Amino acid sequence: MAEYQNLFTRVQVSAPHYHGVPHTGGGIWGRHGSGGVSHLLGRLGDAQIGPVYLGTLGLASLLSGLLAFEIIGLNMWASVGWSPLQFIRQLAWLALEPPAPGYGLTIPPLKDGGWWLMAGFFLTLSVMLWWARTYRLARKLEMGTHVAWAFAAAIWLFLVLGFIRPVLMGSWSEAVPFGIFPHLDWTSAFSLRYGNLLYNPFHALSIVFLYGSVLLFAMHAGTILAVSRFGGEREVEQTLDRGTAAERAALFWRWTMGFNATMESIHRWAWWCAVLCMITGGIGILLTGTVVDNWYLWAVKHGVAPTYPQSFPTVVDPALVPGVTP
Amino acid sequence: MIRATRLLVVLGLSSALLAGCSKSGVESVQNGYRGTGMATLYDKDRVAAQYAASQLPTVSPAAPSEGPTAGQIYQNVKVLDDLSAAEFARVMLSITEWVVPKDAPPEQAACNYCHSANLADDTKYQKVVARKMLQMTRDINSKWQTHVAATGVTCYTCHRGNAVPAYAWFKDPGPGHQSGIIATRAGQNTPSLASGLTSLPYDPFTPFLLNAEPIRVEGKTIGGDGNRSSIKQAEWTYSLMVHMSESLGVNCAYCHNTRAWSDWSQSTPQRVTAWHGIRMARELNNQYMVPLTETFPANRLGVTGDVAKVNCSTCHQGVYKPMFGASLAKDYPELRGRKAAPEATPPVAAAR
Repeated sequence: MAEYQNLFTRVQVSAPHYHGVPHTGGGIWGRHGSGGVSHLLGRLGDAQIGPVYLGTLGLASLLSGLLAFEIIGLNMWASVGWSPLQFIRQLAWLALEPPAPGYGLTIPPLKDGGWWLMAGFFLTLSVMLWWARTYRLARKLEMGTHVAWAFAAAIWLFLVLGFIRPVLMGSWSEAVPFGIFPHLDWTSAFSLRYGNLLYNPFHALSIVFLYGSVLLFAMHAGTILAVSRFGGEREVEQTLDRGTAAERAALFWRWTMGFNATMESIHRWAWWCAVLCMITGGIGILLTGTVVDNWYLWAVKHGVAPTYPQSFPTVVDPALVPGVTP
Repeated sequence: MIRATRLLVVLGLSSALLAGCSKSGVESVQNGYRGTGMATLYDKDRVAAQYAASQLPTVSPAAPSEGPTAGQIYQNVKVLDDLSAAEFARVMLSITEWVVPKDAPPEQAACNYCHSANLADDTKYQKVVARKMLQMTRDINSKWQTHVAATGVTCYTCHRGNAVPAYAWFKDPGPGHQSGIIATRAGQNTPSLASGLTSLPYDPFTPFLLNAEPIRVEGKTIGGDGNRSSIKQAEWTYSLMVHMSESLGVNCAYCHNTRAWSDWSQSTPQRVTAWHGIRMARELNNQYMVPLTETFPANRLGVTGDVAKVNCSTCHQGVYKPMFGASLAKDYPELRGRKAAPEATPPVAAAR
């Protein structure tokens, strides 16, 4: 029998390839290929690869995504004099920077942020097209659109960081650079500039939902794997026709925390936890600089940040002391 | 049994990997109220090596201050003219020990490093530089006690036996390669030597330690009240702060309560000292180093033709107090400023 206390799937079913349900609505594209089998991938997920459906939206999304990727990558490579060695060596440091603050919301010359604006445009276009694809695919398969809306929550945060907030602040320079370390430095600098993001309540909520998602993920996966010997992985069947797996799982959590999800509601918990991470995060970023300039002072005003006793002699801003060299 | 052994091996290897960061470990010294996370971290190995390298040179016997002054006896003495001849000779010999390389060729050895056959002659650029530096040393010790306190500085604080201090800075034009329509680096995004190998701006010195660009970016009120500092500006400030941290071998909490970086009432007294240090470095660069640009030969200048300049590392060299706070200047009253001698003619330096 299948054994689930293992990183890898122990059983791989050998059967004719499944082509998938026919979908409603036309479109000029069909599914490509008849599919193949990968034993190695089958150890992690389903062994069947394909058939694939790219579609107009998928192709357009991939093309504009590739364009953004090339603009970013080639500018990075050019910045090390096209040296392949230096490109690899410094890759984590390299970036495509947004325009300087002086440019405001105007379109800067290519070298001074124009490339950044263009890369941002095509990356956003790519992400939006991919969103439309997930929505349309779900509709074609007569599924709900839960995945598309969860993806939209992530796009919301992405748009706030790179577009909505910079527009409200009146400067592209407020946006995030494309680069590995540089975007992390940006994150630190953002917090330093706006008086400590850790005091931003929406940032705090976002972290709650992030950690909450991780916790729920582990709890749910652990529970289902634990009762799979009783047929627990047949969650949908157990939702309508509660079997011993669902009862044992529910009892476990009632004994643990006095309350439990059902086979259906656990997925709503997880979906909202994940989606709220992005929604609250986006609100937190959006308010920063536009409404609140210093989150620490905000937290003091609202009684969030405690005061501590002084442990060293009183320190005064030396710039305010008369007669001091400025 | 095999599983348990395997587990032990994995645990052992992981801890060995972590322990590799520092052989003797890191010592954490609490420097703020409990619960605030204010602690200064010292890498014991690093501190031990720095301490061994921070021993003061032997102090030469004090010289009598009576008698005619160097200005009366010698020609062309412009800074140390208030000293007695014995004090003057003592300073000259000490400079030789502190600054002149031991392995210099004969024409540059000892006195010859700065002086030509006629000692009063100013033909060697080293002599002109040394004069300016003596003026600077006296200025620091008399005017910048907000930063150097009573500890003071001598030539040795920066030079440590080298003709050119090991830590100085030049303007950094960056790695180049940017022309035409290729996106510029905006002064960052390459491993920054000035800023602990981060991708932060690689020349935080020109705006802050040469020019006086605003360092403070954080809002003073909840609403900001028109604070237009950008995130990019914050990155420049951040870069300067990483330089300070690296130069002093301390972490942020040595000066700041990191929950409210800009709040002075929650900062340590060291932050005030550091604030004066920034102003001191800026003034030294503008009043003493930049005017020497024409004096130095081209091989002593940076790639953009600028003179070597001072930053926190120049004196501190990785230690929170240069030489761990040991004072050499206390034994060299000659370098602590002009003597209050009413009969001495005011030199150029005092006119400022």
